[in-house]
Amino acid sequence: MTASLRLRAAVVSIVLVAVFLGAWHIATRSTGAAANMSPEYAKLMGMTATQGKSAMPGPLDVGAKLWEHLRRPFYDNGPNDKGLGIQLAFSLGRVMLGYLIAVAVAIPLGFLIGMSPLMSKALDPFIQILKPISPLAWMPLALYTIKDSSLSAIFVIFICSVWPMLINTAFGVASVRKEWINVARTLEVGNFRRAFTVILPAAAPTILTGMRISIGIAWLVIVAAEMLVGGTGIGYFVWNEWNNLSITNVIIAILLIGLVGMVLDQILARVSRLVTFPE
Amino acid sequence: MSIFDDPFDADSRVNAGCICGQHRSPAEHEHAALALRCEPVADSTEKRYENVVASAVLRAVFPQAATRRAFLKSVGAATALAAVSQFFPLKTATEAFAEAGAPEKKDLKVGFIPITCATPIIMAAPLGFYAKAGLNVEVVKTAGWAVIRDKTINKEYDASHMLAPMPIAISLGLGAQPIPFTVPAIENINGQGITLAMKHKDKRNPKDWKGMKLAIPFDYSMHNYLLRYYLAEHGIDPDTDVQLRSVPPPEMVANLRADNIDGFLAPDNICQRAIFDGVGFLHILSKEIWDGHPCCSFAASREFITTAPNSFAALTRAIVDATAYASKAENRKQIAEAIAPANYINAPVTVMEQVLTGTYADGLGSVKTDPKRVDFDPFPWQSFAVWMLTQMKRWGQIKGDVDYKAVAEQIYLATDTRKVMTDMGLTPPKDSYKSFSVMGKPFDPTKPDDYVASFKIKKAS
Repeated sequence: MTASLRLRAAVVSIVLVAVFLGAWHIATRSTGAAANMSPEYAKLMGMTATQGKSAMPGPLDVGAKLWEHLRRPFYDNGPNDKGLGIQLAFSLGRVMLGYLIAVAVAIPLGFLIGMSPLMSKALDPFIQILKPISPLAWMPLALYTIKDSSLSAIFVIFICSVWPMLINTAFGVASVRKEWINVARTLEVGNFRRAFTVILPAAAPTILTGMRISIGIAWLVIVAAEMLVGGTGIGYFVWNEWNNLSITNVIIAILLIGLVGMVLDQILARVSRLVTFPE
Repeated sequence: MSIFDDPFDADSRVNAGCICGQHRSPAEHEHAALALRCEPVADSTEKRYENVVASAVLRAVFPQAATRRAFLKSVGAATALAAVSQFFPLKTATEAFAEAGAPEKKDLKVGFIPITCATPIIMAAPLGFYAKAGLNVEVVKTAGWAVIRDKTINKEYDASHMLAPMPIAISLGLGAQPIPFTVPAIENINGQGITLAMKHKDKRNPKDWKGMKLAIPFDYSMHNYLLRYYLAEHGIDPDTDVQLRSVPPPEMVANLRADNIDGFLAPDNICQRAIFDGVGFLHILSKEIWDGHPCCSFAASREFITTAPNSFAALTRAIVDATAYASKAENRKQIAEAIAPANYINAPVTVMEQVLTGTYADGLGSVKTDPKRVDFDPFPWQSFAVWMLTQMKRWGQIKGDVDYKAVAEQIYLATDTRKVMTDMGLTPPKDSYKSFSVMGKPFDPTKPDDYVASFKIKKAS
């Protein structure tokens, strides 16, 4: 039964993709030669002007270009032209660095807030104000004070991924069942041991949920941050191709950003399944 | 006086002899007007350096110009050169001279924005002008003018491509705290245009443009000042009658296609790109507003000059050299191919060629030719800076009194550039100020306040 459901779902998915690609192809077909131009003039003009080709590339253009990129993902033609593999590696490197710093800050701080009602009340206004700030709003300030564009991008990743983790950790820690803590107290377990053997395992699923939200945000933000500072990364690639008005490459980048984001999310989903326990 | 002058020319006169003052004779002026601005006399750098050293020696032997000329006339330049090299080791001296001071810092980073204005900065990398100056320069594409400003201020870049008025704005502290910046060379002259959406192809009179939405790339740009000037000359107040928007160049084409703006005054390859894609047509070239106007500049902080003077001089040499090379029509095709790849401007080669060679489609069905559509002449005329200051004042970007001359002389390094150019065997202009006219209205750099006061449309301040 499940097998047949899965099969049927796959068929529906494939049909949907086919319909989408077909519609896309038809919508972006060229309409044939446009107004009559002298051949000399036509030579100086692009396909859009001469062939009536749509400004939006069709699925075949995107496919051909994608194949070209996939065949040589790691080429390096100088500082401003690198393969998609290298660009993605740069972005992932930045995301990982900023994210790990955020983990290192958010989880201990979240523990503190979750375990101490005083700190929770005292830090709450700061978190509430800082949390809703759009990560990119930090960018000019970061560029101006940190004085290094690549550190600024990492800082922006850090600042945007720290809040969901912090709040989830604090919430997870604060809502550990009172009975468990009381049992630990009865057994005269020390503070540290209590934190690591009772609270951490109990709060782990919530903490990981926070981490999963954060990685999604971090990956969302890196593209915008790199578009702003330029240099390297998938965001820079999008900006560079936008500058060239190459919508084909922009679509390819969008596709890849989506795929990488999904992979990152799935990795954390796996980990979170590992620490979940039945109650 | 041509930038490239021969010290062994017995016929050279101390005072220039043509109407523009840049050539030795009216005939040469005609020739230069027909051909191109920078006409090299020596065919290679080595030859030029040799000439510099030889002429220095000759001048030392015959300090009197009249005697020197008489001597050259009687024996001929070749004999004179042979005679000089008899008692002075010219070859060794030339080699020693060419090395100049060793650069303090060889690995440099220079930022640029991917538009044809950055041509000399970019082409100097693939065509080896930086290497020739003994530098290892990485040219880094940058996402926007504000970012290039911040990265240069932060010293991530040692020097960078900026809009000509930007170093003035940064030095004066417009928009941020003041940091002294300098312009050792103008990147390009001309090279912009007003492009309008296809639907306005019958509205060629700017008087009909009331209510239009027009885009410019940056507030402190020649684009902004030239567009405002052009509109105001046609009786349109740029602050009230139209909407001027600061839009990054690639978004201009997209917005034009989306019918979100009616036109723009943009740097080139963007204008041509809009035509190439069939989105707009070229209304006029910025050259038709002011022929020979500066567009972008090569800028460095004063701190860089003081901490690494030799690197700075070498960098200026490379840029001046590249600019001279770019000024020649026969090199333009090669340059277009060198800078079109993704690593540099990232644009179709046909678009780059149309801009650089000046044979282009105008978007309305005809092919036009103007070899000076974009041109290259590195000398940082201080009168350019004075003009920009008058426009900053006119449109309320700077308030109160301005010491035009002092600001221009601190930022536009005509004297230093003149020295570098003389050292390279080029002949820079003797003056740092020249007058010119914008849309037929003459500008006298000695009377900037009168100039500002003479405009009917301006922002009162």
